[in-house]
Amino acid sequence: MPQTLLGTARCIFRRDLTLAARKPADVATPLAFFVIVTSLFPLGVGPEPNVLSKLAPGVLWVAALLASMLSMGRLFAADYADGTLEQLTLSPHALTPIVFAKVAAHWVTSGLLLVVLSPLLAMQLSLPGQATWTLIATLLLGTPVLSLLGSVGAALTLGVRGGGVLLSLLVLPLYTPILIFGAGAVTASASGLDTTAYFSLLGAFLLLALAFTPWATAAALRISLD
Amino acid sequence: MLQVVDLTCSRGDRALFENLSFSVRPGELLHIQGANGCGKTTLLRALCGLSQPAHGEIRWQGTAIRELAGQYRTQLCYVGHANGIQGDLNAAENLRFGTCVGNADSHADITAALERVGLSRAARLPAKFLSQGQKRRLALARLLVSSSPLWVLDEPLTALDVHFGATMSGQLASHVAGGGLVVITSHQELTVAAPIQKIQLDR
Repeated sequence: MPQTLLGTARCIFRRDLTLAARKPADVATPLAFFVIVTSLFPLGVGPEPNVLSKLAPGVLWVAALLASMLSMGRLFAADYADGTLEQLTLSPHALTPIVFAKVAAHWVTSGLLLVVLSPLLAMQLSLPGQATWTLIATLLLGTPVLSLLGSVGAALTLGVRGGGVLLSLLVLPLYTPILIFGAGAVTASASGLDTTAYFSLLGAFLLLALAFTPWATAAALRISLD
Repeated sequence: MLQVVDLTCSRGDRALFENLSFSVRPGELLHIQGANGCGKTTLLRALCGLSQPAHGEIRWQGTAIRELAGQYRTQLCYVGHANGIQGDLNAAENLRFGTCVGNADSHADITAALERVGLSRAARLPAKFLSQGQKRRLALARLLVSSSPLWVLDEPLTALDVHFGATMSGQLASHVAGGGLVVITSHQELTVAAPIQKIQLDR
């Protein structure tokens, strides 16, 4: 009996986590970028807590977004180079759930770690406690969307020279709504306003991305391999 | 039965081969020959459904492979130029991943397959420390755990030593004798004890 679809997806998920654990530098680079970029702001703008806490939501979200985009390049690159991607496309199972398993593993080793780091950096920018909780929640909802959208760009730019720059040109415009509502929610929460609407919108984006992007990524991968 | 009807493949604007037709029946081995750049790999990739031909159709048991999709892929095991091996996983992990993604028995005996390709001592070694030939052996070990009738092999004998080349030929012969189909490209003469059909691509 060949593997079931669920078995195959679990196997891919576990393998990608194993690979990430064996190449910690790949995982650490975007995280270090996130830390360094946010740390540059107090140095550049000055240590005034009032100014910093006003800037904090935007800075943290922009830095998280850029760090997430930086990590997208490695989603398919290694598998493409060594021929594993061909084997994945030739699997008896549909490519869409396979892509989903890969993106999920990638999020755990990039987006989720950004979320874990974010309260520490929020403290550095003197973001109020209540707003820090909102930041964690918005990043938890928003970073999976960034990974899902980024996967389409990563698949489209596979094997293209200078793919990294092209990837950012393709993906950053798509990231803007997430940035607006993510940072907006944190700002609103810092001023004591209601954030329900922001969360509903971020949740809607996540559902839409879950429904459509794995399918688009699978189609883009087939084109890249042809 | 694998059937190719009026197949035309092109790279850019240039046609690599035009109106190619052939068929491979169970118990047959098809050896595709031709100079470098004449389209052997492109043909094999088209047979797998990895690339779309410019014109023509490929049929499996009489139905176009594009319609069969996943059902066709359960019948297929492809070993291409790239070995599909991750350097940071060891040989056993690489093979287990291969069986889990491909069309293999989920309880396939990884240890036995590695022993048959002579890699049992290197099973726990990260694959990046294997030699070219050993990586090739590992890629070919996927065939041993696969249950697919159709094997599509792109230059499987490159980097293999004479001894393992002979083992591999024996493997091909027994697969064909068991009613399997093999489509293979190789610049070497095949010494497989099976009915060999040949196609010269660059004519």
